[in-house]
Amino acid sequence: MSMPILLIQSMATLGGLALAIGVMLIVASKKFKVDVNPLVEEVNEILPGVNCGACGYAGCADFAEHVVEDNAPLTGCPVGGFDVAKEIGGILGQEVSEGEAEYPYVRCEGGVHCVDRFNYEGIEDCKAVMMLSEGEKGCNYGCMGRGACVRACPFDAIHIGDDRLPKINKNLCTSCGLCIESCPNDILVFAKESEKVHVVCMSHDKGKTVKAVCENGCIGCKLCEKACPVDAVHVTKFLAEIDQEKCISCGKCVEKCPQGCIEMR
Amino acid sequence: MVEKALFAIFMEGLFIKNFLIIQFLGLCSFLGVTKDTKSAAGMSGAVIFVMTMASIVSYVIYTFVLIPLDLQFLRLISFIVVIAALVQLVEFVVRKNIPSLYRSLGIYLPLITTNCAVLGVVLLNVMNEFSFMQSLVFGISAGLGYTIVMVMMSSIREKTTILPVPSAMRGLPQAFLIAAMLSMAFVNYFKVIPL
Repeated sequence: MSMPILLIQSMATLGGLALAIGVMLIVASKKFKVDVNPLVEEVNEILPGVNCGACGYAGCADFAEHVVEDNAPLTGCPVGGFDVAKEIGGILGQEVSEGEAEYPYVRCEGGVHCVDRFNYEGIEDCKAVMMLSEGEKGCNYGCMGRGACVRACPFDAIHIGDDRLPKINKNLCTSCGLCIESCPNDILVFAKESEKVHVVCMSHDKGKTVKAVCENGCIGCKLCEKACPVDAVHVTKFLAEIDQEKCISCGKCVEKCPQGCIEMR
Repeated sequence: MVEKALFAIFMEGLFIKNFLIIQFLGLCSFLGVTKDTKSAAGMSGAVIFVMTMASIVSYVIYTFVLIPLDLQFLRLISFIVVIAALVQLVEFVVRKNIPSLYRSLGIYLPLITTNCAVLGVVLLNVMNEFSFMQSLVFGISAGLGYTIVMVMMSSIREKTTILPVPSAMRGLPQAFLIAAMLSMAFVNYFKVIPL
């Protein structure tokens, strides 16, 4: 076979093949067409795209779909925060009001200062430890330091420190709240940026019991209550609680607390 | 060449010449989509479909177009075109009918196009001079063999994620070790089924 004929034959064969397949694909794409709301695409572009699942949906694309078509809250994306919510509102023609930024903080100062009841050897996870008679710690309210929150954080913002307590890196934290959900003892709670003074203990046990197991636990001595000039601190069930609306962040309770379980941040 | 029985070809595709861990084809999806069993099974379903269809279509094109015209040297490019078109077709169907699977497979669905396992099936069909039925059976069995290994691998990987493995070994190193052990198990089929 001479070269030009071979060339023409090859081109014709491949061209014919391509034509046949092309026609088939066009027909198929018409038949299996999926109607996508253009707004969904637009919203999806704005979202952070980390697919952390903090919004409660399967991922950013899923959230975008629900925001546009299913009345999911505009502020549903905690990672994007207010800016993203505002942009989504812009696309959908809805107003969004700004809330104050919230960050998680750790309500336990036990860690290495809290005694262990037994030596735990097993799966390195807080929930697994919890299943063994409420955890290895002497205190039933405290942090077990097995890092459920560390693994839950998709942004690498939490690490277990030397004192076996989680440390939150505020620069990396997006306040998505996944760590808060992951904690079996509810040690992590959200606090507003303006709220400076916090009680870092969760124990409702009596002072004597707390003192026996933890160096830093609240013993319900009421010294903070007396020290507060604006009546913002109250001890209920052997645990100090701060009324954040009354608190003026003077720091007097922080100085007075003998256990060091009130903290100013 | 001696005509092979269909059953022998079926067993070959399934175990002895398993595409993933004996022939080391399609490793991208093997390591990429085996993090959870659901998407591994979905991917496998797509691959079974593509492999079977590719075997049929490529046989037809090779026997009735390329051989009569004496253009066998065009087989590589025409097979790739066929496979790419089939993958597009699968993508349309999956997107229309199973949107959740479409999202979880993500980039790996279009990657079947470049999946060397699919091209491997059709090229082996041609190299072994299989008949139509033989090609069809080989295509199906290769897809099923792919499924078996994908599902095994993903279940093992799902279970090993909660083990206390040193951080240096987590993820891919661990996956490669599992793959090595799996393929050792499969190598034994050479002796168990003497074909």
